[in-house]
Amino acid sequence: MDDFQGRRTGESASERMGEGTDGSAGGSTDGSAGGSTADERLAELFAFLRRRVTGEYEVDEFGFDPELNEKVLLEALRPLYRRWFRTETLGLGNVPADRGALIVANHSGTLPVDALMLQVAVHDELGRPLRLLGAHLVYQLPVLGHLARKSGHTLACPEDADRLLRKGEVVGVFPEGFKGIGKPFSERYRLQRFGRGGFVASAIRAGVPIIPCTIVGAEEIYPKIGDIPALARLLGLPYLPITPLFPWLGPLGLLPLPSKWLIEFGEPIRTDEYAPEEADDPMVVFDLTDHVRETVQRQLDALRLRRGPAFPPIVL
Amino acid sequence: MNTHTPGEASMARTVLVTGVSGHIGARVAIALTADPEIDRVIGVDTAPPPSPAGEDGAVLGRTEFVRVALRSPDLVQVIRDADVDTVVHLSLVSGPGGGRPAMKEHNVIGTMQLLAACQRSATVRRVVVRSTTAVYGSSPHAPAVFTEDTEPVEVSHSGYARDATEVETYVRGFARRRPDVTTTTLRFATFMGPGVDSPLTSYFSQPVLPTVLGFDPRLQFVHEDDAVEVLCRTAGADHPGVFNVAGDGVLLLSQCARRTGRPVIPMPSPAFRFVSGLARGARLVDFSPEQLALMSHGRAVDTTRLAAELGWRPKYSTAAAFDDFLRSRGGPGDLPRALVDWLADFVRPIS
Repeated sequence: MDDFQGRRTGESASERMGEGTDGSAGGSTDGSAGGSTADERLAELFAFLRRRVTGEYEVDEFGFDPELNEKVLLEALRPLYRRWFRTETLGLGNVPADRGALIVANHSGTLPVDALMLQVAVHDELGRPLRLLGAHLVYQLPVLGHLARKSGHTLACPEDADRLLRKGEVVGVFPEGFKGIGKPFSERYRLQRFGRGGFVASAIRAGVPIIPCTIVGAEEIYPKIGDIPALARLLGLPYLPITPLFPWLGPLGLLPLPSKWLIEFGEPIRTDEYAPEEADDPMVVFDLTDHVRETVQRQLDALRLRRGPAFPPIVL
Repeated sequence: MNTHTPGEASMARTVLVTGVSGHIGARVAIALTADPEIDRVIGVDTAPPPSPAGEDGAVLGRTEFVRVALRSPDLVQVIRDADVDTVVHLSLVSGPGGGRPAMKEHNVIGTMQLLAACQRSATVRRVVVRSTTAVYGSSPHAPAVFTEDTEPVEVSHSGYARDATEVETYVRGFARRRPDVTTTTLRFATFMGPGVDSPLTSYFSQPVLPTVLGFDPRLQFVHEDDAVEVLCRTAGADHPGVFNVAGDGVLLLSQCARRTGRPVIPMPSPAFRFVSGLARGARLVDFSPEQLALMSHGRAVDTTRLAAELGWRPKYSTAAAFDDFLRSRGGPGDLPRALVDWLADFVRPIS
């Protein structure tokens, strides 16, 4: 990506499709610091490099490296978030500013780009790190699993969820899992089954609010029109998608389509009215899970209407 | 919290320390002899302690050393004759120096024999057993942070961790049969410090550090001073239960490597296994299979239970323990930092 040095022109993103993938370039300080001179920025950059090469930085017990996340990993995602998908957020006030909360979002898009964009949204718009609970598959993969840990995420298991919520973190979860992200394009914006409701039990145990979150736009980035189940099984993957561009265009097919994105955080659903022991009552958990699912679906339908067409008329 | 229960002060106290020829064992024995409430410290091990050439000077201080194997009947004799009231069991061999069967014989059968002797004894009132956080394993499918109640996802099939798991099983059995005896199981993270000689400390002393490509494990260390302190405190007063012992915080392997200032060679997992096999053959670094897993997936434990029980926190965090170890080995290499400084000086006049 050629474009995170501060070009802020409002031209349509579809006209410059940067091809590079990493382009993270050692944490160049973006204009966000504001008003600092070039000298100060340079001094800051070298202080950053010095900390990085000598290992003098803090990592939390989950392996979260806030500095790397902020200055390198998120920096690489910001162009995608701002220019490519032109992401807008709604209902930011519904996420607590300094307490624990569980964000429950719909999952779509064949590749978990929605997770990355949600992470940028919560970090940049709310100033809080998002701690996602990820699939086992992610943590089996060499590079990916450890990058996920460095950017604050961990394995979806009750122990880790409870621990993060007890520490007052904003935890994010996609209860649909692979059923949601891997569903065919024809079923877009239709919520799949919500796992076993483990996330609800964790929220009740911690007494934190559940924030229903809807992401509109991810469904169109890699429209999955087919699947190669035999090859997917061979590779140990949950599915191997066929999209209009993949695998036909090779690596170029991995370029997400520039759909318009909206992310909405809904009214918090309180869980502190339940006693923590009720987390062990399956009926309570089922009912609350259903309630959350219906809320997300309703919010999703409304937000999809609000967005209108996924692509600007020029592209289609 | 006070280290000593009142009421007990009048009793003559005798502490038996196993594995006293090891570095931690020797330090614990010396620290215990300094305790005015303890009259006798008997140290046992299969080999005599290293010669007094080391910095410890008088090797074991006032400790009475008895050379005896854990699995020999002589040990029962020692416990009976000396009216031992506290047993600190540190003798857990982590590497198969004399072959795997001998290691297992020592760790598992040795502990069984020791506990059998304790069960027979009318005087033993407190047993402190050293275990390891390796009992939790290292797996991408496990929770990020282990508490004492976490069940390991996959039971370890390899040497050290498996031995420690079995040892803990016997300790639980013993605690059931002798509820009047206080048993404490301490699961230590990797020991770190100037005097520690372990596979991990020899790894970090190599000129280049091979790592597993695509993996950056979380590591946790406990400083030897803190380990000795915890052992003395649990030997001095009743703290029943199982406790994790580790310095606060974690370090990523990449962070450790950067702190050493040494170059890293990431290699695919099979190559890493091959190289560590070579290093093992050359007696450079003796990595066991569970350490290989640790170098990929890492491990972190929760230590709040210990802090609550002892009312005490380790003085060294994981990072501080590692830095102390580095200082003792001549400090970190300064090349990378110097390079950045040089670059900064080089760029500044231009801008």
